[in-house]
Amino acid sequence: MGISVIGEKCTGCKKCEAACPFGQIEVIDKKAVIQEGCTLCGACHEACEVGAIEVERPILQGASDLDTYRGVFVFAEQREGELRSCTLELLGEGRKLADKLGQELAAVLLGDEVEDLCPLLVAHGADKVYLARNSNLRFYQTESYAAVLTAVISQYRPSIFLFGATTTGRDLAPRVAARVRTGLTADCTSLDIEEETGLLLQTRPAWGGNIMATIKTVNHRPQMATVRPKVMKKPEPYPDRKGKVIHIPIKVNPKGMKTTLLEVIKSREQTISLEEAEIIVSGGRGLQSAENFKVVEELAQVLAAAVGASRPVVDSGWKSHPYQVGQTGKTVQPKIYIACGISGAVQHRVGMESSETIVAINKDPDAPIMQIADYAVVGDLFQVVPELIKVIKSRTKKGESRKNLT
Amino acid sequence: MRIIVCVKQVPDIAEMEKMETDPKTGTIIREGMPAIVNPFDEYALEEAVTWKEKQEGEVIAISMGPPQAEDALVKCLSMGADRAILLSDRDFAGSDTMATTYTLARAIGEIGDFDLVLCGQQAIDGDTAQVGPMLAEHLHIPQITYVNRIEVEGKHVVATREVEDGYEVIRCRMPLLLTVVKGINVPRVPTYSSLSEAMDKEIPIWTAEDLDVERDRLGLPGSPTAVTRIWYPVPRTGGQVLTGEPPELAERVAQVLLNILQG
Ligand SMILES: Cc1cc2nc3c(=O)[nH]c(=O)nc-3n(C[C@H](O)[C@H](O)[C@H](O)COP(=O)(O)OP(=O)(O)OC[C@H]3O[C@@H](n4cnc5c(N)ncnc54)[C@H](O)[C@@H]3O)c2cc1C
Ligand SMILES: Cc1cc2nc3c(=O)[nH]c(=O)nc-3n(C[C@H](O)[C@H](O)[C@H](O)COP(=O)(O)OP(=O)(O)OC[C@H]3O[C@@H](n4cnc5c(N)ncnc54)[C@H](O)[C@@H]3O)c2cc1C
Repeated sequence: MGISVIGEKCTGCKKCEAACPFGQIEVIDKKAVIQEGCTLCGACHEACEVGAIEVERPILQGASDLDTYRGVFVFAEQREGELRSCTLELLGEGRKLADKLGQELAAVLLGDEVEDLCPLLVAHGADKVYLARNSNLRFYQTESYAAVLTAVISQYRPSIFLFGATTTGRDLAPRVAARVRTGLTADCTSLDIEEETGLLLQTRPAWGGNIMATIKTVNHRPQMATVRPKVMKKPEPYPDRKGKVIHIPIKVNPKGMKTTLLEVIKSREQTISLEEAEIIVSGGRGLQSAENFKVVEELAQVLAAAVGASRPVVDSGWKSHPYQVGQTGKTVQPKIYIACGISGAVQHRVGMESSETIVAINKDPDAPIMQIADYAVVGDLFQVVPELIKVIKSRTKKGESRKNLT
Repeated sequence: MRIIVCVKQVPDIAEMEKMETDPKTGTIIREGMPAIVNPFDEYALEEAVTWKEKQEGEVIAISMGPPQAEDALVKCLSMGADRAILLSDRDFAGSDTMATTYTLARAIGEIGDFDLVLCGQQAIDGDTAQVGPMLAEHLHIPQITYVNRIEVEGKHVVATREVEDGYEVIRCRMPLLLTVVKGINVPRVPTYSSLSEAMDKEIPIWTAEDLDVERDRLGLPGSPTAVTRIWYPVPRTGGQVLTGEPPELAERVAQVLLNILQG
């Protein structure tokens, strides 16, 4: 185990020096020299173009080794300095697991000027916050984030590491898992601790929700999982909880990275993301045209909901692809899913079937969606939806949001 | 330009409802279940072929799976891939994403230099979306996931990636790996003649013997995750059917929504 530089291969190009987020490589006499404080994060190995740096991580040997991994860690995902709601859900779930194991819960937070988030993480259950603060960590980038997390794992050896199954979590967690050579379970909808073994039981849907599987990582650590947003409950915050913040010293040099983030573009139309929305109003081919689709958007607006669509709506260009729900679009799990003029083909259902409540508005009572809807509303959407907008509006005080509905 | 496209053969879930379950074990009888190319991989292949046509080069489709997965590769050839390789060996069976990507990476190592590796966003059966990033790590190349637009500029790629609240535009020097979403293109439909040409092409099968691999990192034994239990959730059933005049329906639906929202 350890890190080594193969002398003959090293050209002294300094790419590794720039790539090291911890400033632990120096090129001396045209050869890379690794310093004492190396965290085995692997950034240099990634950056080296001549294969001169080798990182060997320990391969776990038996139960005694496994027991040296302790604690439940949660990746605290933030965007533009705000915590993603899935982070709080993970803390709630992580707290339960940590208590069952009698171990600590830690949040790992990366970003720029994000110190203010630490008390929030503690209030929601974290005993510790590992904080890596750097202006170059302001935006998520696979390379820099993966290096920091690998270092955290090498140094603090958590037993469990949880991520939100967001576009960030699903990009980052597999990269890190492959680097530290452990198992990763995708998109879990329930987690528990197996009593006899203390192992993490990770349950997830596969085959578009047609089967459920419980998965264990027996001989590797950490046991890593991504967790589907909106499934776990957010815990109540306790502002008086005490926790410790541990700073991870870090210097990210953008020159050392192979990828450059050129631009971050915010979607102007969709202000609430489908994955995080409490309510989704979706429209299908029954809407007949882009012009008519506006009625769906209006209903979404009065309900402060996100807009979704079936595939034909996207393929006809009435809405762009990020709106598509289903097998080749998004999998969503809101509190309320309102399907307007959608027949409910299996490829659509796999993306929305685990919604808490499904309301379907369709003129055909035999449409498949009507067979799974909690409220199957038989009627012409062009009559029902405008009426519904009127009723909702009338119950909403002028200019105020849904929150104030009486 | 050399582009490698990773392709998985998957069961067609649209047909799943019609499938029979074994009355004794409750498991689905998979035999005879129609198999298709993972839909996302068709977008990856189309993108590769489009860029090959613009830039000259070669597209290689590669798949790990049982011998029948050859059918998926034939489809790829008919859609414009120049050659295809099937990784098939009993020792690969039961691979989780880690063992899958280890094997794929070693096979890609055998192929040699490349500029791009393209994957689908995820497979519609395993649904993990982990193969792309893990493969990129094994290959020591950067990754860009959920990509809906690719531009090639000399030795660089500029890719747009879909995230929850918008897009990110990322530039990276090749080689790199990209996973693509549906919106990126419209895959071509093979013609009768392209299909019959594809059927005539030889698809080599590589086994563990052909790869420079550590045996204990393959298949089930080489997989850190273990599926310990599988079950079939009870299918969702309907609830109330609401009928009546539109104003009355709207009133009732509004009441339902408000009740839920106010907890
Ligand atoms: C590989 C593959 C992947 C796919 N992926 C997806 C996916 O990710 N997402 C997806 O959605 N689909 C997907 N599909 C397509 C899917 O099979 C269906 O074709 C599609 O979902 C149908 O969309 P729809 O319900 O809007 O249209 P239709 O099936 O045409 O249904 C329209 C419905 O509107 C109702 N209607 C019409 N007029 C009115 C009215 N005035 N008032 C009330 N109701 C009305 C009709 O009764 C009907 O039920 C995929 C297909 C394939 C083969
Ligand atoms: C019920 C069930 C649950 C599972 N859960 C997990 C889990 O949580 N974690 C885990 O590590 N494994 C899991 N597995 C194993 C996993 O499904 C397999 O390892 C599978 O081969 C790859 O994963 P995927 O289907 O999710 O692919 P994804 O990662 O979703 O596929 C993404 C892309 O990678 C490429 N690709 C994927 N597979 C291949 C292939 N065989 N050949 C060529 N290209 C390919 C394609 O381009 C595809 O579009 C599970 C298996 C089952 C049956």
